[in-house]
Amino acid sequence: MQPSALTTLGYLVTAVAFMFGIQLLRSPATARQGNRIAAVGMLLVLGITAALIHNTGNWPLIIPPIVIGTAIGAVSARLVRMTAMPQMVALFNGMGGGSAALIAAQDFRTAVASGTAHPYITWAIMVSCFIGSLSIAGSMVAFAKLQELMPGRPLTYRLQSVVNGLLLLVIVAIGIYLIVVDQNLALFAVYIVLSLILGVLFVVPIGGADMPVIISLLNSFTGLAAASTGFVLSNDVLIVSGALVGASGTILTLAMSKAMNRSLFNVLFSGFGSSVESAGTAAGAEGGAIHPTTVEDLAPLLAFAQLVIFVPGYGMAVARAQHEVKDLADELEKRGVTVEYAIHPVAGRMPGHMNVLLAEANVPYPQLKEMDAVNGDFPRADVAVVIGANDVVNPAARTQTNSPIFGMPILNADEAKTVVVLKRSMATGFAGVDNPLFYKPNTLMLFGDARTSVAALVAEVKKQ
Amino acid sequence: MSPEQTLALGAFIFALAVFVGFLLISKVPTMLHTPLMSGTNFIHGIVLVGALTVAASANDTLGYIIAIAAVLLGTLNVVGGWVVTDRMLQMFRRRPAADVHKAETPPPTTTDH
Repeated sequence: MQPSALTTLGYLVTAVAFMFGIQLLRSPATARQGNRIAAVGMLLVLGITAALIHNTGNWPLIIPPIVIGTAIGAVSARLVRMTAMPQMVALFNGMGGGSAALIAAQDFRTAVASGTAHPYITWAIMVSCFIGSLSIAGSMVAFAKLQELMPGRPLTYRLQSVVNGLLLLVIVAIGIYLIVVDQNLALFAVYIVLSLILGVLFVVPIGGADMPVIISLLNSFTGLAAASTGFVLSNDVLIVSGALVGASGTILTLAMSKAMNRSLFNVLFSGFGSSVESAGTAAGAEGGAIHPTTVEDLAPLLAFAQLVIFVPGYGMAVARAQHEVKDLADELEKRGVTVEYAIHPVAGRMPGHMNVLLAEANVPYPQLKEMDAVNGDFPRADVAVVIGANDVVNPAARTQTNSPIFGMPILNADEAKTVVVLKRSMATGFAGVDNPLFYKPNTLMLFGDARTSVAALVAEVKKQ
Repeated sequence: MSPEQTLALGAFIFALAVFVGFLLISKVPTMLHTPLMSGTNFIHGIVLVGALTVAASANDTLGYIIAIAAVLLGTLNVVGGWVVTDRMLQMFRRRPAADVHKAETPPPTTTDH
């Protein structure tokens, strides 16, 4: 279908709105506006599409899924807690991938029925179906892992890479056969099922700590699936938008792995945590006893400190303790204590997770210190309060070459005069690695729910 | 246009857009990685355009089912993806105000910097 000049101009406006929107998303001050401009572009292109198909008799079919999808999407995205945002991104990303695969599948059926299944189109159908299926299956696994519907640790088995590699080869072979030789619908169904299976197998061996990287990768996959859908339907705006997301998503994925000091290859194929046992043993051998403490002992330590650095982690997010942490900081500041927050780039389950939560609790932005800025402050900090963080303060990353997290940049909380660790139990972090920090003589452990513990600390500090 | 021309023009547009995508995401502060991922997640919701296009021409039962599912999933991607992003970005909104407040009323003895 050849679009009219006006339609093409509309597509151009949408493409520019998306590019401009992404541009504005790069700065905190303009990010929200950027998202709104992208929304205007989306509304425009949907309006144009509605106008193009207005004379179809299929509206009774099209309206209900739009209404239902809008209701479910808006309500679930509004109701979900901020801590669950990462898996919501994974979920909605999978929806887009699934949609792309279904579009391509339907177009294949139509093309086969009408005898127009030419390789100029079928290659894009195969690419769209493969990447879209991979994306929805992988995203669902990522969602299940983050939602703790299945174990977050890496599930590995022997010859994993070999099995996945062979499966990929089979899929590619079937795809080429479907393009070049015979447009067989039954074989096409097999092709989709195998692509879905590969999507599951691809994400299952990846541990919870690496999930942000995988979600970002699957996000760029869905972008590519959307672009190939554009080739299927000869729709330029789909090609532009999909390519934009595919490219920016790839760069973002690489930036995220870099923040964790790991190559993307390493994330995908190392089966993070497979060497956990040996590393855990090493830490246990080195470690002595832990030193549990109480709120009553901690309060004076904090109230009479010069500099206190909070190190928030996923535990703070789970306990939703950010408001209590802000209250504690306020109480300490009233007593002349300087308070800083040390933000590790991958603390929580997504980069920027802690910034979002602390901003929600109205923590002033200048107090949030990025890793490189704050690491020099730890030696003169009287107390480092680690709130539900684990791997990002694990000194094994600096010293133990056999540790799976060796080489990851960490916050040097262990250099503070006293380290206080708020933790639910002695369980390990996402990486499944024991943490020698907990056994250090200057480390005090305060066990319990972070929110309850911090609230009790606030009450106790007020008495000082 | 012949199929060859359509394909070549599509490849042309694709390559340019990839280049723009690479350029747009250089040197983004870490704290915006997640909102940016979420924002681009919303943008690929544009597959809904494709879903609507195939839905308009579906003409058998299986086709109807596939089309309805595609429109539903695409709509979820668009709406859910946008709302999630907006909620994340809402968290950054008060920050400039917080900066001003902080500068105006510093805690009395916080001079140790």
